[in-house]
Amino acid sequence: MLLREAAATNYFNLVPWVVFFPVLGILINLLVGGRLREKMIGVIASLAVAASFAVAVLLALSLNDQHAGTIIAFMNLEWISIGDLHIDWAFRVDTLSVTMMLAVSGVGTLIHIYAIAYMHADVRHHQDPTRYRRFFVFFNLFIVMMMILVSADNYLMLFVGWEGVGLCSYLLIGFWYDKGKGGANHLDGISNALAGKKAFITNRIGDFGFLIATFLMFGAFGSLQFDTVFTKAPFASQGTILAITLFMLLGVAGKSAQLPLYVWLPDAMAGPTPVSALIHAATMVTAGVYLVARSHELYALSSQAQNIVALVGGLTALFAATIAVGQFDIKKLLAYSTISQLGFMVAAVGMGAIVAGIFHLVTHAFFKALLFLSAGSVIQGVEAGHHAMEHGSIKESKHKRGEHLNEGGEFDAQDMRNMGGLSRRMPVTFVVYLVGALALAGIFPLAGFWSKDEILAEALHLHPAVFVLLIIAAFFTAFYMTRQIWMIFFSKPRSRPAEYARENSLLLTLPLILLAVLSVFGGALNLPFWHTLTHWLDYTLAEGAKVGSFNYLVAGLSTVLALAAIALGIFLYGKRYQAQAKLPAAQRPVDPVQPYLRGAFTGIQHKWWIDEFYDWLILRRYVALSRFLSYRFEERFWHDWLHDNAIAGSFRQTAHFLAQPVDLGIIDGIANGLGTISQRFASWIRRAQNGFVRSYATWVLAGMVIILGYLILR
Amino acid sequence: MVAIEYYVILSAILFTLGIVGVLIRRNAIVIFMSIELMLNSANLAFIAFARQYNELNGQVFVFFVMTVAAAEVAVGLALMVTIFRTKHSIDVDQLSSLKG
Repeated sequence: MLLREAAATNYFNLVPWVVFFPVLGILINLLVGGRLREKMIGVIASLAVAASFAVAVLLALSLNDQHAGTIIAFMNLEWISIGDLHIDWAFRVDTLSVTMMLAVSGVGTLIHIYAIAYMHADVRHHQDPTRYRRFFVFFNLFIVMMMILVSADNYLMLFVGWEGVGLCSYLLIGFWYDKGKGGANHLDGISNALAGKKAFITNRIGDFGFLIATFLMFGAFGSLQFDTVFTKAPFASQGTILAITLFMLLGVAGKSAQLPLYVWLPDAMAGPTPVSALIHAATMVTAGVYLVARSHELYALSSQAQNIVALVGGLTALFAATIAVGQFDIKKLLAYSTISQLGFMVAAVGMGAIVAGIFHLVTHAFFKALLFLSAGSVIQGVEAGHHAMEHGSIKESKHKRGEHLNEGGEFDAQDMRNMGGLSRRMPVTFVVYLVGALALAGIFPLAGFWSKDEILAEALHLHPAVFVLLIIAAFFTAFYMTRQIWMIFFSKPRSRPAEYARENSLLLTLPLILLAVLSVFGGALNLPFWHTLTHWLDYTLAEGAKVGSFNYLVAGLSTVLALAAIALGIFLYGKRYQAQAKLPAAQRPVDPVQPYLRGAFTGIQHKWWIDEFYDWLILRRYVALSRFLSYRFEERFWHDWLHDNAIAGSFRQTAHFLAQPVDLGIIDGIANGLGTISQRFASWIRRAQNGFVRSYATWVLAGMVIILGYLILR
Repeated sequence: MVAIEYYVILSAILFTLGIVGVLIRRNAIVIFMSIELMLNSANLAFIAFARQYNELNGQVFVFFVMTVAAAEVAVGLALMVTIFRTKHSIDVDQLSSLKG
């Protein structure tokens, strides 16, 4: 027992290693990665994250042994000390941060392993294998930053991680920065880079909010350390708390893709699929949820702020769920689904149901990572089929095959209309995808059922309006997932590449299987009546965590709705789709739901024109302002008038004045005059030098006579 | 005993003759002789005053002057020989190539 205690206390000292291990991975890959084989690079990166996960597990065990589960901060390095501002670089180990560490590094490890196989094919598909190492360096860097974010002990350190993950997100969205599918603006080939830029700038708006909240916090409490802030918060005015929490919400909306800043996340799907899974589904986008959970003591002080956060989450959940129904891109659909699920989490933490939110965060990390990785598997399967066809014996014209091409006019391996019937070609992927979809739809007894129902049950008694929004969103969730499953895996293949699709290697499918297992059993974390996670988080959250009672009514209602949505989906996409496929192309609706929704479907398909609206409202105005400033102000006024006319002109005139009359006239006149005078004097005086000895002697005599005369006569 | 004034006046007359000779004659040998005349007029003045004041300094100085004059003759005649060799004349007005 003594040994165990000694060991347990020692484990906490390991906490910096959750950050150092991935840093080590980066360093190894940066320094010697060029000489290693591709597999080795991936293995090193994966091992680094796995080591980080192991440390997180040790920390969890130590916390469990300590029972108190209290907040323990390590490595108190003085970081910034200016006047009243004292910020330490300290790692915070409590049940909340360790939960996040486990989720990030656990899911991260699996996705790293998956990426070894996926990126192997991806770099060849895009014809640039040299980027393989760069991918893993970025990926490890992301883990580093995420770990700093979740282990931070103050808001500024959290902000370092917050910005760091944003940077990694940007780098990885634009991983194929010189490629891209054309896009609406006909900016051929750089749409990926533009997507990265969009994500970065949108996040910057959110970060602005976060920073303002940080400044307000320092102004009001004189500290950014979590505990200090929370102790002093109850004595601050309502207005201050409301301002801090709402500015923080802006940051949350940016990072966790909530209304109105969600627009970057669907575009972020331009990155490689492991990136979408790790950063844009499982971990980074949940940072906002973590931030609200971490700051729950602030939110608890302002019911208005809680209301607004919950409403933003609820509206986002419903809004994004409707858009997901009209998507044909396999990853875009999942992106909107992610936004919707993040809405669930934000609504939950906003209402004060922190545990429910974190629980959903963890289970969502399992099944959404699973779905994205499976989608990647599907894409590579179809691409493999496409490749086999292009370079194989089968040759047909692209249009004859009736494929849906992307804007670049190439076969689009991500378009679900090009798929169908893949369940026979890719059985493993099919099964895991089905598990993920059912978990997302909230079918008993998979992980999503427990976490989503906990949110719904809490919403029913904390915030009925949000409950309504969420339960409708849950209906849509089940519907669009059924639609996706059916379009990808069932009926007949709708394109030739789909017919030749291939199942992927074990290295790629093994993480899928593990994640599927987690998606099935993830609910065990916080089953009703046991509430493991609630008790675990209770150490950190104190009064924030309430043991909610299991609501049979809510569970039953959501299950019924989900089943109804699945039935509707099967009817529409199983039967109607088959029937409509036989119609001639002109009469065939874009999607089986189109005849029922009519105008609404056009809206859904165009994502409710939000991008266009932002384009009109912000981008056009901004560009017009920039143009005004650059042309009218900068070019005309500043450059042409002020610089060229006023400054340069007057300078030129002054210079001209100084050059012509002053320099040429006076200065040169003096110099030339002196020259002329001395020349004339010299030509006059040279006459004395006549070369006759006698005349020189006369001068000597004269001089002597003068000197002697002076001496004698004075 | 002859009064000192006569010696001084004679010395002045001889010196003036020397100067006029140097200034107006063009023959280098005559100029040379005029210079000797000036030196000797100075010698005369030295001797006269030495005797007047019973000082030996003046007489000693005369020996120095005579030595210098002898040395001057040696150098001067050598110069004159060289000039004659190059110019085939000892007219000092021919030596005006250094005029400005």
